[in-house]
Amino acid sequence: MATTTTAVARRRHGTAGALFIAPFMVLFLLLFLAPLGYAAYLSLFQEKLIGGSTFVGLDNYVTALKDPQLLKGIGRVALFFVIQVPVMLLLALCFALALDSGLLRLARVIRLGIFVPYAVPSVIATLMWGYLYGPDFGPFAQISHDLHLPAPHFLTDGWMLGSLANIVTWEFVGYNMIILYAALRTIPAELYEAAAMDGAGAWRIAWSIKLPALRPALTLTVLFSVIGSFQLFNEPKLLMSVAPDVIDSSYTANLYAYSVAFISQQTNYAATVSFILGLVIVIVSYAFLLTANRRRTA
Amino acid sequence: MSGAFFNSPSSLSRRGFLVGAGALSLAACGGGGGGTSGSAGKPVGQADIDKAMKTPTQLTFWTWVPNIDKEVALFEKKYPAVKVKVVNAGQGTPQYTKLRTALKANSGAPDMVQIEFQAIPTFTITDSLLDLRPYGASALKSTFVDWTWGQVSGSGGEIWAIPQDTGPMGMLYRKDIFDQHGIQVPTTWDEFAAAARKLHKADPDVYLTNLAANQVAAWHGLLWQAGGKPYVTSGKSDITVSVDDAVSKKLGEYWGTLAKDGVIGVEPDFTDAWYAALNKGKYATWLTGAWGPAFLSGSAKATSGKWRAAPLPQWDAAKPSSGNWGGSTTAVIRSTKNPIQAAVFAQFLNSDPTSAKMFATEQFFFPATKPLLSEASFLADAPAFYGGQKVNQVFADISAQVDPAFQWPPFLDRVATDWTETVGKSLADKTDTVRALGSWQSRITTFAKSQGFTVKGG
Repeated sequence: MATTTTAVARRRHGTAGALFIAPFMVLFLLLFLAPLGYAAYLSLFQEKLIGGSTFVGLDNYVTALKDPQLLKGIGRVALFFVIQVPVMLLLALCFALALDSGLLRLARVIRLGIFVPYAVPSVIATLMWGYLYGPDFGPFAQISHDLHLPAPHFLTDGWMLGSLANIVTWEFVGYNMIILYAALRTIPAELYEAAAMDGAGAWRIAWSIKLPALRPALTLTVLFSVIGSFQLFNEPKLLMSVAPDVIDSSYTANLYAYSVAFISQQTNYAATVSFILGLVIVIVSYAFLLTANRRRTA
Repeated sequence: MSGAFFNSPSSLSRRGFLVGAGALSLAACGGGGGGTSGSAGKPVGQADIDKAMKTPTQLTFWTWVPNIDKEVALFEKKYPAVKVKVVNAGQGTPQYTKLRTALKANSGAPDMVQIEFQAIPTFTITDSLLDLRPYGASALKSTFVDWTWGQVSGSGGEIWAIPQDTGPMGMLYRKDIFDQHGIQVPTTWDEFAAAARKLHKADPDVYLTNLAANQVAAWHGLLWQAGGKPYVTSGKSDITVSVDDAVSKKLGEYWGTLAKDGVIGVEPDFTDAWYAALNKGKYATWLTGAWGPAFLSGSAKATSGKWRAAPLPQWDAAKPSSGNWGGSTTAVIRSTKNPIQAAVFAQFLNSDPTSAKMFATEQFFFPATKPLLSEASFLADAPAFYGGQKVNQVFADISAQVDPAFQWPPFLDRVATDWTETVGKSLADKTDTVRALGSWQSRITTFAKSQGFTVKGG
């Protein structure tokens, strides 16, 4: 008797679990897997203005892997990632450690101040920076003009990637800082006390306790940054209107996917480009996780 | 890059979904569409029209025109059974993108749509517009300025849209700057080039004009004036592309040299910096469409009274001509369930004398109808911003000089982007513009071929 009751309870338990998961699964299937599958299906076709749609198999992928515009775009965001992300994360780490040290006055105000740019939509942030960068009437140019110095060329070919990196860093330092800061707050205070008893100073504590404890949070922020960097879109898309000779329609891989879809009306090829970009992100993320794990186990 | 959380793979799938929604309908369109264009369709009798206009109907109209409710109200007053829902789905390209998505999805497209002249072929190539001939549109031909009618007519005589406003190109100039440096208003392009050099030499902070490196519409307008025929379509799949022929090269040589010598500006237009430049007198002229005068008086208020209008300088002073930049029309989407009501709306909105006049007085649109262009009160308007000059008269005269035969390609967005990345870039970077014309030509040709067109010319 007792066994049957447990079995029934267990079965009920099982249905309840499935029911709890069902809404997620439905949304996951409908909004994630189905469109992804459909985009994969689409990428196997080619549609022309004259002649309609034909099945081309993997032709689009072959074209894409040899497409200089796509490869250049991916290369550019890779370069962006390699330079911008370390700078941003190092800044975020410094801010987080400084805030956590408890030595700052007005810590709350500073914390909020660093975080506020993240609350500004990236579109507005880019418009704002685009104005600041202006070669004629932007404030930097005006100041140089008043000092009889040549105006800085923020929007030229050589500077553009740096100017974009500056905008993205401005936007996301606070966001990453909050993640790192939150991780620091979870470290038990006893560890610090024990270290202090053993004669460790503030630097030693930061190096030997805080940094190792931050490793999972740092991994997380790097992963987010991989995804964000390779999908770079809003900032170049908006700066395109003030520097059309520098930022072209294939400046970043994501921008290229957009122009292929909406300017050239090649939706099939856009699906292919998006898939390849997604694949690149997966590979880079996986490579990073692999090296991070190996280092931890070593 | 937006918030990292929201940017993870889910945004990939969101994009996938949009693309997905698109192609579904492609499959659907592919079956039904082809081969129907060209035939005139059966004329709809007046009795049918009368009956339809008395049947309670709800129409949707996508337009970005501010306060157009006033004109729409006139229509609803005349046809109380028909209600029009006005939706602003964005101006120009953003609206076209939404429209294409709705058309491909076979759901959500409006009945009528605001569409610029140059965008018409990009929608007729997909058989998305309704030929308005069966609904009596042919009778309006004499009402509209000849070249505007050429712009809305298809190669088989179809009438794809009804013109609403236009932008014949002229030159707005700063009289004070001209006076200060003793510059006569240039009437030929040679005089214009000489003035550009003289002015910039006299004051290095001032340029005679700006040819925006991102504004293919201005280039097309200037090419139009010079007698260029960059795109000629015949039949559905044949296109002749000649954006680097002799006329284009003349234009490329002229503007490329001025840009290279640094005596004109090449900065992107309609940006904060460009507005500031117009307000602060960095540019002494603005080569623009007939909508420019009203636009400028709103966006460069600081310079009121200093501007005047004149025709574009000429290549051949004996044969004055101009091109067009801007202006739009009302078209009816082929998938509408109420073609009669929608077609009557498009015609009424733009040809009814009260409604058409309202566009000129409320929205400050430059008219597309002959009666308005010769109306004394319209021509007599003398705004203080232009020192009391009769600006409308200047542009009304120009409107008569626009060549009616200019055509647009069925993939204009791509052509425009390619222009910015070749010709526009050569202007901005001060490199060889004539050579860039060749790159533009080959980019368009490659794209057109990849889309299944038979391409001629070069």
